[in-house]
Amino acid sequence: MKELFPMKQVMGFVFSLLLTTVALAVYFLDLSLTMGMTLLLVTAFIQAAVQLVVFMHAGETKDRGAIYTNVYYGLIIALVTVFGTLLCMIWGYI
Amino acid sequence: MDFFNRFAIPHPSPAIYASMVAIGITVIAVIAGLTYFKKWGYLWREWLTTVDHKRIGIMYLISALLMLFRGGVDAIMMRAQLAVPENKLLDAQHYNEIFTTHGIVMIIFMAMPFIMALMNFVVPLQIGARDVAFPRLNALSFWLFFMGAMLFNISFIIGGSPDAGWTSYFPLAGTEFSESVGSNYYMIAIQIAGIGTLMTGINFITTILKMRAPGMTLMKMPMFTWSSLVTNAIIVFAFPVLTVLLLMGTMDRLFGTHFFTTTNGGMDMLWANFFWVWGHPEVYILILPAFGIYSEVISTFARRNLYGYKSMVGSMVIISLLSFLVWTHHFFTMGQGALTNSIFSITTMAIAVPTGVKLFNWLFTLWKGKIEVTTPMLYALLFIPTFTIGGVTGVMLGMSAADYQYHNTMFLVAHFHMVIIPGVVFAMLAGLTYYWPKMFGFMLNEKIGKWSAWIIAISTLLAFIPMFFSGLDGQARRMYTYSESTGFGPWNMVSFIGAAGLAVGFALIVYNIYYSTRYASRDIAADPWDARSLEWATHTPVPAYNFAILPQVNSSEALWDAKKHGHELFPGKYEKIHMPNNSGVPFIMSCIFFVWGFSFVFSIWIPLILTTIGIFVCMGLRSFEKDHGHYITVDEIKETENNLRGA
Ligand code: HEM
Ligand SMILES: [Cu+2]
Repeated sequence: MKELFPMKQVMGFVFSLLLTTVALAVYFLDLSLTMGMTLLLVTAFIQAAVQLVVFMHAGETKDRGAIYTNVYYGLIIALVTVFGTLLCMIWGYI
Repeated sequence: MDFFNRFAIPHPSPAIYASMVAIGITVIAVIAGLTYFKKWGYLWREWLTTVDHKRIGIMYLISALLMLFRGGVDAIMMRAQLAVPENKLLDAQHYNEIFTTHGIVMIIFMAMPFIMALMNFVVPLQIGARDVAFPRLNALSFWLFFMGAMLFNISFIIGGSPDAGWTSYFPLAGTEFSESVGSNYYMIAIQIAGIGTLMTGINFITTILKMRAPGMTLMKMPMFTWSSLVTNAIIVFAFPVLTVLLLMGTMDRLFGTHFFTTTNGGMDMLWANFFWVWGHPEVYILILPAFGIYSEVISTFARRNLYGYKSMVGSMVIISLLSFLVWTHHFFTMGQGALTNSIFSITTMAIAVPTGVKLFNWLFTLWKGKIEVTTPMLYALLFIPTFTIGGVTGVMLGMSAADYQYHNTMFLVAHFHMVIIPGVVFAMLAGLTYYWPKMFGFMLNEKIGKWSAWIIAISTLLAFIPMFFSGLDGQARRMYTYSESTGFGPWNMVSFIGAAGLAVGFALIVYNIYYSTRYASRDIAADPWDARSLEWATHTPVPAYNFAILPQVNSSEALWDAKKHGHELFPGKYEKIHMPNNSGVPFIMSCIFFVWGFSFVFSIWIPLILTTIGIFVCMGLRSFEKDHGHYITVDEIKETENNLRGA
């Protein structure tokens, strides 16, 4: 019975619902812009990770190495692009 | 009548009307010719519906050569206009349109398909596969690219060409300053072609990761395959930026959003920023496959294995990462502070290091080798010194403080031509000559080939070295004329002579193709260059299934092992081979995309909606279609193999 019950998926589902609720709360609570954006970004990234690992089965096959390399590489480039752009267009712009 | 007014050229000239007539006549001639020689069925069966990577490669090649011609005519017109001060050959508007289309055609519709041509033809053969991972997707990639290119190319006779530079910076490219549909063409045509490229990226990564011959580990892949893998990884990470950017640009132009406007919270600089977030990786997408070709050519004709295989691979991986970290060097002068500029200066200069590693590896390969100077090798040898000029001036431009002097001058133009022409164009010509026998079953004439290589190399120097000087003297780029007192005249005259020389060189290549088609011997070996990797291990012409028996590999130079060390390449016996079926859907879907794009450019909404539905219908059909491919039987294989061996 234990093997048949998809514990991981159920927990993942509950967790992702929780994340959605937290993100939704930003709308209802009266937060500052920075606070709200931070909350949204953080929950979004965790949400993406949960989906990828639990429901899209990253890491369950032989090519997990390739998949994770890809994800990390993508993450690095996304972060570099976002922060580099902020640097050029806002923080470092005179 | 009102409806048709929008298709008129906003700024016509006799030359444009003449081209309209010429294009009309050509189209009629092609249709008449196909009908007269009853070739429609052949065209449809063998080419328009093909999913064979070799044929798709050849179609990319033909398109690239056509676009080289188109971009080349633009170039000659520009150089002719600038050859003497106060010239009246072109007016400012035409000059703007020409440098814009020249840039886009050369980068997106010439260099990219040229690379795709060689990648398509060579990579599956080089890794011992029977086709790419997703053959039908591959056909779709090609046709999307092709339709994008065609859409872009009709702009100058229908509605007017884009004129805001190949970088299309906002706010200049916004509706306020570019009223004609030209910049719509830019947004939509490049979008269509770009989607095709993105799919190629995914396709080739999968192919290279999943379909290598038994025994070929990653570190035993030939260098061109490695460079293709890295290139396609860059494509997959860089092109989505372009896709979204063009979408945002389209929305600004057609639906009145304010992403890049100067008012209402828009930020015009954001376009330049994201353009180069894609744009700098893009230049490495162009150069890395070229490096791969040079690696193949140099090790073949130095008659030894490539020096420093691991450092070659390592430097490419590092370049792929660094290429995403430098984009700001394209707008050092647009308002960032010293700290930001310094950061990007350092990353920029850092790229020169892995590039240098590669150059030294080639030099060391040559050092110990027994060099044989064939045409492809000649291009490679000419590439090394000329590219170095481009690279060194790139490092100069990379110093942000100094860039205030160089930016937007002819110096910059000279730099990127000195990297792109030796880097990409020479490599593609080398690759063309090198792989020609595999593609078409005869060799190009060596004597004419060498002449054209020398003429092209010398003309490149003549055409672009003067720009370094006039640029330092202050000649700005993208200016349609200058006064005599500036003293730029003589430099530009030399440049014009160089450009004419380049035209002669390319004409000679065309002549070579004609000459060799007529006179070259068809009786050539499968491995005419005495090469080292798998693409030369199969017959010429390559049978549809590439390899009757999948090769067994134990080094990056499997064929060499087989020839010199008695390695058994094809163990086992024939088995039936599973092959994909041809399909007309990619072509039809891309035709729909063409109409879709055209309607979008001119904001004709009803066809736009209909074609959008059409595109989804095509995709839906694919999902429900049952297509299991077909089998080539053992008997058929035997027969083909016997015929080819006999030949
Ligand atoms: C050693 C390596 C290189 C360095 C350090 C370098 C540096 C630079 C810099 C700093 C600029 C901007 C200059 C300015 O706008 O004032 C530039 C422009 C450019 N580079 Fe390079 N580059 C290198 C290699 C390449 C390669 C390999 C290619 C193409 C295959 C290339 C193609 C271009 C193009 C197309 C532009 C001009 C784009 C435009 O503004 O229209 N570069 N390069
Ligand atoms: Cu760059």
